[in-house]
Amino acid sequence: MITFRLEPREHTPLWLNALLPLAAVLATLIICSGLIKLAGASVISAYVIMFKSALFTKFDFAETLVKATPLVLTGLAVVVAFRAKFWNIGAEGQLLAGAMAAAYLGALKGVPAWSLIPLMIVGGAVAGAIWAAIPAILKTRYKVDDVVTTLLLNFVIDYGMMALLNGPWKDPLSGYPDSPDILPAAQFPILLKHTRLHLGVLVAAVATFIIWFLIRRTTLGFSITAVGENPKASSFAGMSVSKIIFLAAAISGALAGLAGVGEVGGIQFQVMQGISPGYGYTGIIIAMLARLNPLGVIPAAFFFAVVITGAEAMSRATGVPVFLADVIQGTALVTMLVALMFNQYRVKFKKVRHE
Amino acid sequence: MPAPLLEMVGISKTFGSVKANDNVSLSLYPGDILGLLGENGAGKTTLMNVLFGVYTPDTGIIRINGKQVKIQNSADALRHGVGMVHQHFHLVPCHTVLENLMVGQKGRGGKLDRKSTLEAMRVVKDRFGLYVEPETLVSDLTVGEQQRLEIIKALVRGARALILDEPTSTLTPQETEGLFEAMRSMASEGMGVIFISHKLQEVQEITNRVVIMRKGKVTAELDNIEHVSRQELAELMCGHEITPPVKEPVTPKEVLLEFKDVSTPGFARSRLKGISFQLRAGEILGIAGVSGNGQRELAEIISGMLAPFSGSVEIRGKVMNRLSPRDVQKLGVGRIPEDRMEIGLIISLPLKDNMILPRVHEPRFNRKGVLLRRAIDAFVREQIEVFDIRTPSPDIRTGALSGGNLQKALLARELAWDPYILLADQPTRGLDVGAAQFVHEKFLELRKNGRGVILISEDLEELFALSDRIAVMYEGKINGIMPISEATVQRVGLLMAGMEEEVAA
Repeated sequence: MITFRLEPREHTPLWLNALLPLAAVLATLIICSGLIKLAGASVISAYVIMFKSALFTKFDFAETLVKATPLVLTGLAVVVAFRAKFWNIGAEGQLLAGAMAAAYLGALKGVPAWSLIPLMIVGGAVAGAIWAAIPAILKTRYKVDDVVTTLLLNFVIDYGMMALLNGPWKDPLSGYPDSPDILPAAQFPILLKHTRLHLGVLVAAVATFIIWFLIRRTTLGFSITAVGENPKASSFAGMSVSKIIFLAAAISGALAGLAGVGEVGGIQFQVMQGISPGYGYTGIIIAMLARLNPLGVIPAAFFFAVVITGAEAMSRATGVPVFLADVIQGTALVTMLVALMFNQYRVKFKKVRHE
Repeated sequence: MPAPLLEMVGISKTFGSVKANDNVSLSLYPGDILGLLGENGAGKTTLMNVLFGVYTPDTGIIRINGKQVKIQNSADALRHGVGMVHQHFHLVPCHTVLENLMVGQKGRGGKLDRKSTLEAMRVVKDRFGLYVEPETLVSDLTVGEQQRLEIIKALVRGARALILDEPTSTLTPQETEGLFEAMRSMASEGMGVIFISHKLQEVQEITNRVVIMRKGKVTAELDNIEHVSRQELAELMCGHEITPPVKEPVTPKEVLLEFKDVSTPGFARSRLKGISFQLRAGEILGIAGVSGNGQRELAEIISGMLAPFSGSVEIRGKVMNRLSPRDVQKLGVGRIPEDRMEIGLIISLPLKDNMILPRVHEPRFNRKGVLLRRAIDAFVREQIEVFDIRTPSPDIRTGALSGGNLQKALLARELAWDPYILLADQPTRGLDVGAAQFVHEKFLELRKNGRGVILISEDLEELFALSDRIAVMYEGKINGIMPISEATVQRVGLLMAGMEEEVAA
């Protein structure tokens, strides 16, 4: 009989670190192929259609980048928060806060047209930061569990938004629960003709670089990582743990807020129910897949964007329900968590004779 | 000679490129008290972890009572009669002594079997003289009692071979004597005991045989160590000559640190209750005491982690009643905390980051919040060189370094800024002879340079070798303070146990 056991690793080889996310993605696709089979389609052709349709034409590729944009930003938001061990499950709510601020500011009359887009970007980031600051203060000052508060505040703002949309913001003509459209000057410029590739893509790219720089090259990033790894030792070394956690939460919220701004300014031009199909939650999976490395967020978000956009085409062509995309996302989180275990433990197989 | 109780033959265990154990063999006979000596990183812990089922050896076999056995986990080890008392206890503080003894026991039909556990406790008490009140909460036990409970736990589960990993580091001299008596009675009952310790004096006193390890190999096996000098033992352990540090006469100068009637809040036994003392320049003040008698609170106040409830603290003439860790560092206090793995360093970060951890805000290391990576690298490289920190690279995960190198890194970090006062809490606990000597030399150097050192230690030998004065703490008070010339182990030991000075003197 062959048995195995787990032994703690003393060192993790570099190649393993690079390989694990890839292995997790591969395992996810293999596991999910069972569902495709059950739906009566060919696994290979379903996956081929999924990836092909998301990547192969200019329009499709641009569409995938558009989908990746909010995912990059929420992924970064979770990276910053999780590095400080601020368990921000609330990127979804912070995204909505940013979206609402952008929809409000983008419809403002009486301000110069050129200032609308900067106003939306700054205002949306601030709104997201404020929404994240509430659980941060509750955590640092009153030791209220951040998982619970960040998660529950998502529902508070979601229903708050619904109240607005069915009240003051209701479309007076159609009666739909949609906010008034933002002004044409507030719409994000399109970067590539005949696509929806908007300014937000650039915002996400710049944000990735800034967050990478922040984490790797600044005293604040250094402190955020230190506090996350060991708050007691950081405090002993003279850092203000509460302040650092608060700052990490605020930056996290701002990033998630920017994701909302991009959706309003670049795609929807208003807020309405379901403006985010769970981008904030997907951001958590992306951050884990990126192993909390800001640069890793880009490929992770791109992979998810491919899955989300590709799933629709695959569904049309093969009849596999589009919900497969959600299953892939969830499975990816589980496989990544398993992969992280191999990062810390090695598996030892051994033969055992029966006694 | 009788048949061995336990044999480990040809054990090898490799981690990456490091041979932690290289063809190690060791036997334990009934009635043996075997000393296992070696520097940190010599492979003692790995060997014991192999014996206790934490690691599987790459090669080699374990025989118990002549029969080859596989030990896959601690339950296997216990089943084969191997018990281990770790340095850090594995007890549930909110449960009673009896409940802790029943943890992991099968019980009868899902019910806890109190009666047979109490009976087993009585047997252990009769045979070895080891007893703890069964209904006491573990959180109310002293460290010595908790250790006794760990030993009882192993005995109740039928251990025939008992591994004690540095058992005396947290005991008073009197408690140590009690432990030794129990060890002797175990040996006389035909059990075998493996005693791991850095305190050579104790090893000579209690063991009848010694195995010395260096770099993963057994380098010496001595059957009769009464005739071996401690110097020789130390040299066998580290493979080179050891010269004890020389304490030059220094006249203490101005007061650097003064506690005036300082108390801390709370109800704990260790709460400080009106402590007053002074530390002068050019002086090493030793703080003796059984752990949990207020040393931690004292250290936390000086570190800026705890604000006194009443009384005042003066650092270099400034009255500081509400200190933050950053404040005390600015005033020139260097700090070596008791728990270097959890408080002093962030072991999951690279060594480099830890070396600048408290100083990352200094202009030397950043410009407008952007890290100056070249300056940091240069600083870290210099410190690694000056303090002879053995590391493959400054970027290595700090936790991968040995205990001695961790302590050197911490010392380097704190001494790089030339502090006026150094607070060192258990600075050599778990360190081997060579590393401890390095630390001691640094303290004496500070003393010579007119700095002040507060040395909190449970190692009396260390305190007596270095201190100019010794203060003894008991239940949050200073139970006696004396110049080293008037201190004896007997007197300090009694004060540690709470005897009043008149009685002790």
